[in-house]
Amino acid sequence: MSVLVYTESDKGKFKKNALEVASYAHKVAQELGTNVTAVTINADDDASLGNYGVSKVLKVTNDQLDTFNAKAYANTIAQGAEAEGAKVIIISSSADTKFLGPILTAKLNAGYVPNVVAAPDSTSPFVVKRTAFSNKGFAHTEISSETKIVGVSNNAYGVHENTVSASVESFSPTLGDSDFTTKSIEIDKVVGKATIADADVVVSGGRGLKGPENWGMIEELAEVLGAATACSKPVSDLGWRSHGEHVGQTGKPVASNLYIAIGISGAIQHLAGVSASKTKVVINNDPEAPFFKAADYGIVGDAFEVVPKLIEKLKEFKAQNA
Amino acid sequence: MKILVCISSVPDTTSKINFAEGDTKFDTNGVQFVINPNDEFGLTRAMWFKEKQGAAVHVATVGGAQTEPTIRKALAIGADEAIRINAEPTDGFFVARQLAEVVKNGGYDLVIAGRESIDYNGGMVPGILATLLDMNFVNTCIGLEVDDSGATAMREIDGGKETISTSLPLVVGGQKGLVEESDLRIPNMRGIMMARKKALNVVEPIDAPKLTNDQKFEKPAAKGPVKLVDAENVGELVNLLHNEAKVI
Repeated sequence: MSVLVYTESDKGKFKKNALEVASYAHKVAQELGTNVTAVTINADDDASLGNYGVSKVLKVTNDQLDTFNAKAYANTIAQGAEAEGAKVIIISSSADTKFLGPILTAKLNAGYVPNVVAAPDSTSPFVVKRTAFSNKGFAHTEISSETKIVGVSNNAYGVHENTVSASVESFSPTLGDSDFTTKSIEIDKVVGKATIADADVVVSGGRGLKGPENWGMIEELAEVLGAATACSKPVSDLGWRSHGEHVGQTGKPVASNLYIAIGISGAIQHLAGVSASKTKVVINNDPEAPFFKAADYGIVGDAFEVVPKLIEKLKEFKAQNA
Repeated sequence: MKILVCISSVPDTTSKINFAEGDTKFDTNGVQFVINPNDEFGLTRAMWFKEKQGAAVHVATVGGAQTEPTIRKALAIGADEAIRINAEPTDGFFVARQLAEVVKNGGYDLVIAGRESIDYNGGMVPGILATLLDMNFVNTCIGLEVDDSGATAMREIDGGKETISTSLPLVVGGQKGLVEESDLRIPNMRGIMMARKKALNVVEPIDAPKLTNDQKFEKPAAKGPVKLVDAENVGELVNLLHNEAKVI
């Protein structure tokens, strides 16, 4: 009765969150006195999961699964869980796993808790800590069903090395036409750039930047830091940036190690969306901006003067620490 | 086409969050309840289908009598009928089971629910509902077109968007993007008056297990004061982020 973990990959390469959920699964398995089995789908270097505590890999190779399909992926993971007799399943909280998670939950009649931010409080009863009220609070939630699904928030638990030897077995789920009743016809994705969901650093701009033509310095700062770019709600409402960059209670939540807010005053809805970030920096010319109360570091000043200087200083820092 | 929009009654986005009864319950004192913002985008999209394609739009919520003002607002916006399932929405699986019963009995072609409610953030009701009913499902939906040949939905993915082709019956987990914020509707006096004459049916819940239980809540730890850096000394911020916060 191993702990089962679904480790996401993109073009064969494991995502950072895959290593994080594997690390989390190892911790849970230790508590339960068992091992970790991973389900991988069209991944390349399966045995490398052994570095993060995975002792067995169910390796799925299937061209039909090259493009993510929530129903088919959920069915694959469910069959993996059944094959292993797994009663605890660990997944991430990415857009794709939040899509397949509820399907998996219904298939296995399992209690599911997403947005989990720490190792379980206890495993008997099984209680986990998760964010609630859009990051304005936490809930300690008991999963009382026999099968349990935990969705771990990105950047919440971290990647921990726990080296074991991982055996890799081919696994062929039974999939039929009924698993492919939705078809992906186009994917429009920014490639080569960090995304808000899994970036360690996020650089975000607000209405204080005065217009979309001024986003060049935000993107340059993000590039220097290897960061994703984001924006406040008014900015996406005005159409300066896409909805996909809107951070906040009704937009995307951010749980990065560093969040830099530039020209964002800090409405309560925005603060809720970023409160899970570990270090928050605010740059704003209004010393009364509410964001200063929520930030760790701040600069009161004109963003158009401060940000270019910050880019310059970061470039110097990178050159010295290269 | 018959559409069901699932509505959650949630604290207004500006609400301060507090807990009561030894931090075991959300403190509703002084809190204004509204239609969950993700549901509001779905409701407006459903109204568009009603006006352009002649769809019938019903709304449903799982909640006590205190949720009726919220669902009446949905009627005032233009929904034709409302259903309130008379139970506390304590667990996503339980809520989905209740709504599945309504969908089964109502013969809906399209169900739109918010991708998550902004209170408990479970984000599981639409997907569980679709799976229980063996309906197609698209989550984080930011665009939806339906015609005789099927449905085309756009969903937000990490770092972009994906266009999906599928068919009815369909459940979508909707969000901002289904319609623009500026297209959201505010009930007018005529709508409010008409809503009083529309059916608000109260049905009793079916037996369904609760698979999760929130035992206790807590607020994030209080944060220390911000450390301000002089705008003329930006290098100090780089130093602090490297040596103190250790994030670069």
